[in-house]
Amino acid sequence: MLQGWVIASVSFAYLGVLFAIAYFGDKRADAGRSVIANPTIYALSLAVYCTTWTFYGSVGRAASTGIGFLPIYLGPTLMAGLWWFVMLKIIRISKANRITSIADFVSSRYGKSQLLGGLVTVIAVVGIVPYISLQLKAVSNSFTILLHYPEIVMPARTGAQPLLQDSALYIAMILAAFTILFGTRHLDATERHEGMVAAIAFESLVKLLAFVAVGAFVTFGIYNGFGDIFDRAEVVPKLKALMTVADSGASYGSWWSLTFLSMLSIMFLPRQFQIAVVENVNERHLARAIWLFPLYLLIINIFVLPIAVGGMLHFPDGGVDADTFVLTLPMAERQEALALFVFIGGLSAATGMVIVETIALSTMVCNDLVMPVLLRWKALRLHEERDLSGLLLSIRRWAIAGILLLGYIYFRAAGEAYALVGIGLISFAAVAQFAPAIFGGIYWKGGTRQGAIAGLTAGFAVWIYTLLLPSFAKSGWLSLDFIREGLFGMTLLKPQQLFGLTGLDEISHSLFWSMLANIGCYVAVSLRKRPDVVETGQGTLFVDVFRHTEGAESSRFWRGSAQVQDLLPLIGRFLGPERAQEAFLAYARRRGLASIDQLQANADLVHYAETLLAGAIGGASARVMVASVVKEEPLGIDEVMNILDEASQVRAYSRQIEQKSRELEAATGELRAANERLKELDRMKDDFMSTVTHELRTPLTSIRSFSEILLDDPKTNLENRKKFLAIIVKETERLTRLINQVLDMAKIESGNAEWHTAEVDLHEVLEESIAATSSLFSDKRIGLSMNLAGDVPKVKADRDRLIQVMLNLLSNAVKFCDEDRGQVTVRLSVGADAVRVDVEDNGPGIGEADQNTIFEKFRQVGDTMTAKPQGTGLGLPISRQIVEHFGGRLWVESSPGEGATFSFTLPKDGEYDARKEER
Amino acid sequence: MNRSIITGQRLAAVFLLGCVLFNYPLIALFNKPGELFDIPLLYFFLFGAWAILIGLMALAIERRKD
Repeated sequence: MLQGWVIASVSFAYLGVLFAIAYFGDKRADAGRSVIANPTIYALSLAVYCTTWTFYGSVGRAASTGIGFLPIYLGPTLMAGLWWFVMLKIIRISKANRITSIADFVSSRYGKSQLLGGLVTVIAVVGIVPYISLQLKAVSNSFTILLHYPEIVMPARTGAQPLLQDSALYIAMILAAFTILFGTRHLDATERHEGMVAAIAFESLVKLLAFVAVGAFVTFGIYNGFGDIFDRAEVVPKLKALMTVADSGASYGSWWSLTFLSMLSIMFLPRQFQIAVVENVNERHLARAIWLFPLYLLIINIFVLPIAVGGMLHFPDGGVDADTFVLTLPMAERQEALALFVFIGGLSAATGMVIVETIALSTMVCNDLVMPVLLRWKALRLHEERDLSGLLLSIRRWAIAGILLLGYIYFRAAGEAYALVGIGLISFAAVAQFAPAIFGGIYWKGGTRQGAIAGLTAGFAVWIYTLLLPSFAKSGWLSLDFIREGLFGMTLLKPQQLFGLTGLDEISHSLFWSMLANIGCYVAVSLRKRPDVVETGQGTLFVDVFRHTEGAESSRFWRGSAQVQDLLPLIGRFLGPERAQEAFLAYARRRGLASIDQLQANADLVHYAETLLAGAIGGASARVMVASVVKEEPLGIDEVMNILDEASQVRAYSRQIEQKSRELEAATGELRAANERLKELDRMKDDFMSTVTHELRTPLTSIRSFSEILLDDPKTNLENRKKFLAIIVKETERLTRLINQVLDMAKIESGNAEWHTAEVDLHEVLEESIAATSSLFSDKRIGLSMNLAGDVPKVKADRDRLIQVMLNLLSNAVKFCDEDRGQVTVRLSVGADAVRVDVEDNGPGIGEADQNTIFEKFRQVGDTMTAKPQGTGLGLPISRQIVEHFGGRLWVESSPGEGATFSFTLPKDGEYDARKEER
Repeated sequence: MNRSIITGQRLAAVFLLGCVLFNYPLIALFNKPGELFDIPLLYFFLFGAWAILIGLMALAIERRKD
């Protein structure tokens, strides 16, 4: 049995759990081990977007407009795709400037204007307080319904409760206590409430589970799955109509305008700003929220339509309000535990929204409405007060209590009135007014304070006239005449058909006109004059936030003189003297100073103090307070522009320097490589010298020794003399050849060789070379076969040099040919773009490892220590140089035991690399 | 957070895709009686497109290298 005390004690138990989580979260935060430093928790806490308006109201909307409940959740999904740019920028700006509320954000952007902060606060309070009432109403209604279990009674029929028996009053009081406890524990310079966020994330889980539980119960418990429900709906015309939207331009129009509206709401509802921006622990968390938060929305919406259809099938007479289906369906099926769980889910949706929204609003009311007034009120002598932190906290607490009280009063006054029931979208339309000033503020430096004030005022006024007042009229609080007849009887001024615009639903209509007025005034007034000094400075800081994240740059826009003795007490008055001491000491330590006394009161310190203060009392008031204790010299707009120019120049220079240093690095790398190459060449030259001298010494030694024999022993017989002299002559020839080749090589390498380039017929060259070596072949009885292509184009080359190459290849072939059955083949063929010559022998072949070394100077295959070298070791290197000079290639293909084929190509068109010629 | 430009562009592309999917005239294509897998056509299309968008965003976010 669900008696009142059961429901109440379960509710209190639930709230007790919330308190415990929040307490635990705060304790962990104090210990420096944050529980909410987790992207999943961040994404869950963002689901504070889903209030009772989602939990109970989505089904109600679905029952009347079918799929029309979805745009409210599709919009945030789309917007999440842009968060990577937009939300990240807002978070970065807010962290750099210690922004604590949406009012503070707008006022900071437009030159720390107190007026603007106040205006935003008023819009937020007027737009949001009825929404808080709606939450109280939902909890109170669901409580009443549950109380009548197992009967199903609509609260509207039970009449208003007496004040002291009204559950909403107690809910409001408990929420006020919770919010005060965890929302204003201390004045944090960043205004973060970790325990509260942990509790909100938990609430998001509870409401999701509760809604999915009831959805699954209705879909699979009462009916047999989705198919069953939709099949049954098919036969009821009223339900069938819910499966599609009216096929008209207007319904698509309102579909899109609702999507657009919810895109703006997800950014600018004060509770969303509080959770997404102010309570953000680490901007990296945003990444996962971009997809996890839409996923949450998707899951919580899957069962909305089935519940709506199921409810309408279950209660066909319409006696049960569709807004209560979530609760009444389990009740009708006698599911006590589930009904109680649903009630708790609804409670969590309501409390989550109320707590965060109240904290956000109270911060705004305190910093942007009350403090500016109190600080100006000379009679209060606040400027003489030593410690104002207590006062600040009590203002916050009173503001929380006041906002909840306002919400409750509105709830009592409105009851079932349209002004309360329809407030969800009306509220969205109110906060959408912040969009132009904020989007403009973070992407457009030209927006001015006056522009923002004009835009917000105009948009807000149009919103009041086209949405709020008509909702009052429909609630019977105002005469309906002005809706029907227009203001003062002028039809053009009909609030819901302004200037005769028809065909739009009231939300789209109001959204269109208010946005037109808002953006129009914002842009037009902003363009009327140049932004002044402070606006330019703040505009740069906001728009270019990713360029100067350190926050150090804003101090560049300040000039004047200050005393640490003035600043410290000022901060102390608002934060408490100990916290101020700590903060200044931390600042001094960061600068490498031992104590506060050593601090210089320069622009940086003044800026630091102002930011500290902004965290506690808002940017605008902080500006006023700091200005009251320091002597400031106003900067001219030209100076500010100069500073900005300088800054951009400095950035340009630093980019140039980076560029140069990169170039320098590259050049250094090249130089290092060149140096390595030089060293290598030097080493090679030494090697070359020692090899050359070694090669020269061998023939010289034999010439000398045989000459000495001839000289010392005159009795040597003639035969031996002849023999010795022949050796001397042969060695001398070898010496000459060697020296010639070394000279040749040196000439080619140094580029001093003479080249007689002409059109050369390779046939001639080959024939001439073969003729010249024919005696070699016949001496060694080696067969020579030729395979020359017939029509070979002429190539551009030096004829004598080519013959030199051919002679070298042919004599090599002879040298290394098989001794008994020697066979050499010369082939001439024409390729695609080159003419190719192959000289093939059937000698022992060349191992793979040696195929490259044979082209190095003085390298011969075989063991030079034991076997007598068969050449100078310069023939192949020279040949390769020659072929490459004419743009060709010389290489060898061979495998041991199967002979070797030396091939070279020469380009057909004769266009060898001209650069080589020049070198 | 590393402001990886390519990730941002991918997400912006998902945003544009969503704008097209959730808008006239594509909605009108599915705005007719009829069922797919026992689910009303429009309902199926919207939730399907929604799930695909979320999947794409998750893909862009979780597989980025930064």
